[in-house]
Amino acid sequence: MLRYSAKQLLNMALTLFAVSFLVFALNELSPGDVTRKILGPYASQSQVDHLTREMGLDRPAIVRYFEYMGRALTGDFGDSIYYRQPVSTLIWDRLGNTLLLAAISFAVIVPLSVLLGVLAGMRERGWFDRAVSVFSSMCASIPEFAMGVFLLGIFVVWLGVLPGTSPLRADSGWAIWMQFVLPVLVVTFYDAGYLIAMVRSSMVEVMRQPYIRTALLKGNSFRNVVAKHALRNALITPFTVILLQLNYLVSGLVVVETLFAYPGFGRLMLEAALAKDIAVLEAGTLIAVSVTMLTQLFGDLGYMALDPRIRV
Amino acid sequence: MTEIIHDVPAGRVGVIRDSAQSTPAGLFRRIYDILTRSPIGTIGGAILLTWTLLAIFAPWVAPYSPTKIDPELIADPYPSAQHWLGVDHLGRDILSRLIWGARTVLTVAPTAVLGAVILGTFLGLLAGYRGGIVDAIIMRVGDTLLAFPKIILYLIIIAKFGASAFNIIAVITLSSAPIIARIVRGVTLDIKNRDYVAAARMRGESALFIMFVEILPNARGPLIVDFFLRLGYTTIAIGVLGFLGVGLPPPTPDWGGMVKEAYGMIFVWPHMTIIPSLAISSLVIGANFLATGLREASLDG
Amino acid sequence: MAEILAFEHVSIAYDGRAGRQIILNDVSFSIGAGEALGLVGESGCGKSTVALATMRYLPRGMSVIEGHIRVEGRDTAGLSDQELSRIRGNRIAMVYQDPMSSLNPVMPIGKQLMEVPLLHGETDEKAAFSRAVQMLEEVRLPAAEAMMERYPHQLSGGQQQRVVIAMALMAEPALLIMDEPTTGLDVTIEAAILELVRDLRAKFGTAILFISHNLGTVARICDRIGVLYAGRMVETGQIGTVFRGPAHPYTRGLLGALPRLSGGGRRGKLRPIEGTIGAGDRSRIGCAFVPRCSFAVRHECEERPIAMVDLGGDHLARCARLDAIRASVKDEHDTVATAAGSNAPIVLRVRKLSKEYKLSSFFGGEKKGVVRAVTDVDLDARAGETLAIVGESGCGKSTLARIVSGLLAGTSGEVKLGETDLTKLKVDDRPPEIRRQIQMVFQNPDSTLNPSHSIAYALSRPLRMLRNLASGDAKAEVSSLLAQVRLPAEMAERMPHQLSGGQRQRVAIARALAGNPELVVADEPVSALDVSVQAAILNLLGELLEQSQLGLVLISHDLALVRHMADWVAVMYLGRVVEYGPVEQVFSPPFHPYTEALLRAAPTPDPDAAPPSAALEGMMPSPTEIIVGCAFASRCPSRIAGLCDTTPPPVRQFGDHRIACHLDLGGQVPVAPGGLTEMRSSTS
Repeated sequence: MLRYSAKQLLNMALTLFAVSFLVFALNELSPGDVTRKILGPYASQSQVDHLTREMGLDRPAIVRYFEYMGRALTGDFGDSIYYRQPVSTLIWDRLGNTLLLAAISFAVIVPLSVLLGVLAGMRERGWFDRAVSVFSSMCASIPEFAMGVFLLGIFVVWLGVLPGTSPLRADSGWAIWMQFVLPVLVVTFYDAGYLIAMVRSSMVEVMRQPYIRTALLKGNSFRNVVAKHALRNALITPFTVILLQLNYLVSGLVVVETLFAYPGFGRLMLEAALAKDIAVLEAGTLIAVSVTMLTQLFGDLGYMALDPRIRV
Repeated sequence: MTEIIHDVPAGRVGVIRDSAQSTPAGLFRRIYDILTRSPIGTIGGAILLTWTLLAIFAPWVAPYSPTKIDPELIADPYPSAQHWLGVDHLGRDILSRLIWGARTVLTVAPTAVLGAVILGTFLGLLAGYRGGIVDAIIMRVGDTLLAFPKIILYLIIIAKFGASAFNIIAVITLSSAPIIARIVRGVTLDIKNRDYVAAARMRGESALFIMFVEILPNARGPLIVDFFLRLGYTTIAIGVLGFLGVGLPPPTPDWGGMVKEAYGMIFVWPHMTIIPSLAISSLVIGANFLATGLREASLDG
Repeated sequence: MAEILAFEHVSIAYDGRAGRQIILNDVSFSIGAGEALGLVGESGCGKSTVALATMRYLPRGMSVIEGHIRVEGRDTAGLSDQELSRIRGNRIAMVYQDPMSSLNPVMPIGKQLMEVPLLHGETDEKAAFSRAVQMLEEVRLPAAEAMMERYPHQLSGGQQQRVVIAMALMAEPALLIMDEPTTGLDVTIEAAILELVRDLRAKFGTAILFISHNLGTVARICDRIGVLYAGRMVETGQIGTVFRGPAHPYTRGLLGALPRLSGGGRRGKLRPIEGTIGAGDRSRIGCAFVPRCSFAVRHECEERPIAMVDLGGDHLARCARLDAIRASVKDEHDTVATAAGSNAPIVLRVRKLSKEYKLSSFFGGEKKGVVRAVTDVDLDARAGETLAIVGESGCGKSTLARIVSGLLAGTSGEVKLGETDLTKLKVDDRPPEIRRQIQMVFQNPDSTLNPSHSIAYALSRPLRMLRNLASGDAKAEVSSLLAQVRLPAEMAERMPHQLSGGQRQRVAIARALAGNPELVVADEPVSALDVSVQAAILNLLGELLEQSQLGLVLISHDLALVRHMADWVAVMYLGRVVEYGPVEQVFSPPFHPYTEALLRAAPTPDPDAAPPSAALEGMMPSPTEIIVGCAFASRCPSRIAGLCDTTPPPVRQFGDHRIACHLDLGGQVPVAPGGLTEMRSSTS
């Protein structure tokens, strides 16, 4: 187990290295761009060259890359040219907001998906199964922005019971918790649609296994069979996928954040991309990829704990 | 944007029992089978077909030009006899914009998915059949690409190269190909140990022949299902990019872009955002339902 | 005698998209306390449905449309769910075909066992625990307490089946249903399980419903037998009565189609039952067997329902032509005895062949040892003759076959076809001419043909690749290949899924013959087929061999089949050949102790055969173990302590017959103990 974790960590470090280099290369191989960006279109070429030298951008990319990574490891990601402040002060704040929204959504999505998926999958092709399947398939088919528009239309425009924006400020006229309702709802519909389908198909697969028959023909009641024999087996496959939703919840919330003007990490990345704010994009990518790798590691470890057949 | 990575369980691969589908008559039979067997698949197919026909015949069926601005109409933008779905904030006919928008989506999405399928299939076959170092390299590169959250990959590319149909297609191809490669690799690993592959080796067939003639046809079931699922997700992706303002440059009629442009006016004119939202949802639902139907049909045999 | 289970005119139907389909048709039988009934029939005859119906656990869409199923006198149709739960696992328990998948993979064995008493009245966890341990001891599992903590995947197949049996007997049920309990297990393991079941039955007095396709295993366990065909019971009676004097043509066919261990000449004609169960056969008004029966007469057999005829002495058969059949009784086995063990030219010479795999842990790095799949094997395959390689799973026989075919490379030694050494030459590196000369027939009819391509494709590709035929010529040649394996030319247009298993296997044989090979390696070519189909394929192979100078290497676990087909036999154990020689000599004393154990364990459908003596203990050692002495020493009933486990066995020679063993079997011991190689070179 320890050995395996160490190996995985090493793997992660390698991937992270590759990703960071890729991003760095993509963004900074033509250094003139950065200084031109800072100085604006009306600066003369000699000014641009001067600043390029000043900032050390004329040195080989590989040297600059290692310098950058060295600073990044100490938490210094450079300065944002768009927001005119250090990336680190900017990014952690936004990441905190996003993690809060992600955590609430995750806490709603997971129990809901497991419950519906298991109930649907335990009687394959029963009426409940069919209803849940259609429901989950539809939810996963409606893009978040469309779902946002629909919910906004109903609860804000028509009924007027919820706020249409969630800037997380108390002075906006709505309680903070109410500002969370619509964003969480939009994320839940979209993501749960996918997870329910995952859990359901795994449950269906398990219910077809001979050991379920064995359990039933031992004299177990159906309820007992589901709770004692099927459940744990049915959660093995979706477990990793459930954890991987955390990735989506960290970087994929950009749509919801844009919809509701929520000051989160995703929107920061979008703004950075539109403003070509390379320092922010780079830092954000590194953070997002690290989150992905970490959840993958936890996913693998949890998988081993759930399934006694897997031992490394 | 979540992503379906459905690993094909071993032993489930050979389930496409009705191999008669390789002939045209067999294909029609197959479609007929699915229509009778899976109501969901039928509904999905019908939705997809409707949008496809509208897209193909857009110049003839669209009542107005999608880009014609008529400020006089803004006084009463709601649906009417002249403008069935109303007009947008610039007075452009929404129905015409939807129909022309379908054309955009149904060109970009299938092209991107097809690109991903071709690249992914080739790499997956190669990795699975060759194994060893080839496999390790292909999968490693794929894993690195997959480690990027998709949306961030888009944002980086767009920050660097700007928004265009080509870039969108390239990004989707790059980010989906590793997943398809994984599916195909899984199928290949299973099939390459089947006896008929051994028999092909024993008569001296080349590796390429075995990959494409002996193995690939047996992977078409999972691939077809995946194609439609991915078509749905790609449609969402294109819509999202449009909504975020990093999609196809205006004035191309683009559903996501339509939602974005009118979003600020949702309190005044809700139909301008709700109608394109419904359009994109229906197309994705169509693709996903069809995929579900196809999967059910292929598992039932 | 109290009736434990009674089927009274039970009919079961499946209502699906294609309308109603009859699965069981008017089936009646009963099992008394302590009695064992064997239910036999080919796949699809409905025997598993009988088991599931007894448990009232029919698949969705299936229902009892007529008749009654009584368990200890109570009609199961009237039971509530609670009452049903009280019967299941308590009064009736079941043992399944595939023990691995019948056990919950994420629950320790002990917990799964304890569940039974806890469900059926026991409230005390401790009592349940000790009961479970006691039951594990009853099924002779070692270290029962430690076993309780283990997960199913940590046990071998035989051990898993013992656990399932223990679980079934936890509540001392009145009836034990065993559905193909030993299918898929090795013959020595099977023998041990059957012995266990017999002992437990004597001890607990449990009645048994034993379902099997294998007449031999039924003969070992049961008192009475029922033969099912297409959902109907066609014959019932005492085992001895039915086996000695089968009345129904189907029963006669089943018995006649079986190759026998005892007697019988080499490659004599078996009597296959032609055809397969047709889709409409289950719903025929008259006899379902008519399309495959050579005695059938239209008005007598087809037009009205056939009743069970009482033949006296508890023997019943459902046939309208019993008198006519009795009058035309022929010789059971018309056999053509040919002398085996000739000295035909050697096609393939294998010397000191070894195959090793280096194991590295999954994530690279640390070594976990070396698997020795094949060790120092010496064999010859001769033109026009069959060399059978027999042994249990893991003995290396398939690895050997794959090295010869070039699907794997050997590690050391030599494999020579004529003058060419093929040991390390994988098939992709072999010259086309060599490739043509060695072809292979595979085991599994489901994967031998590519489901995406037609039969014409399967046969014309090798013609083009191996004989360089143009595509037009290849097409013409396809029908002659099909004719060679007795298939009509129209088959060429079919897809593999439209063929039965037997037909697919015929196509596979035709494919192997396409290049006119010198040597065909057949890896368990009939083990996945029903007995009646198996006989037809064996006959076909026999004919092909008679007609040509083709050498055949036949890999099999089935001794009776080997006895029937082979000229030369090699018995393998743990990668080594322990006995080698002409078939008559290998199958008669002196034996290697392992060969002897195999012969004893093989189930024969002979009611008069002596009950098999003690089965082998233990399991085959892992191929990663380093063996100093004799590979078989750990399980050998006559091992000599201090010799067999420390010194490699000498090779004892009896003419062409060689046995690697320390026991003095009366043969010549080579002066310098070595492999079979030295011996061979001195004689050939």
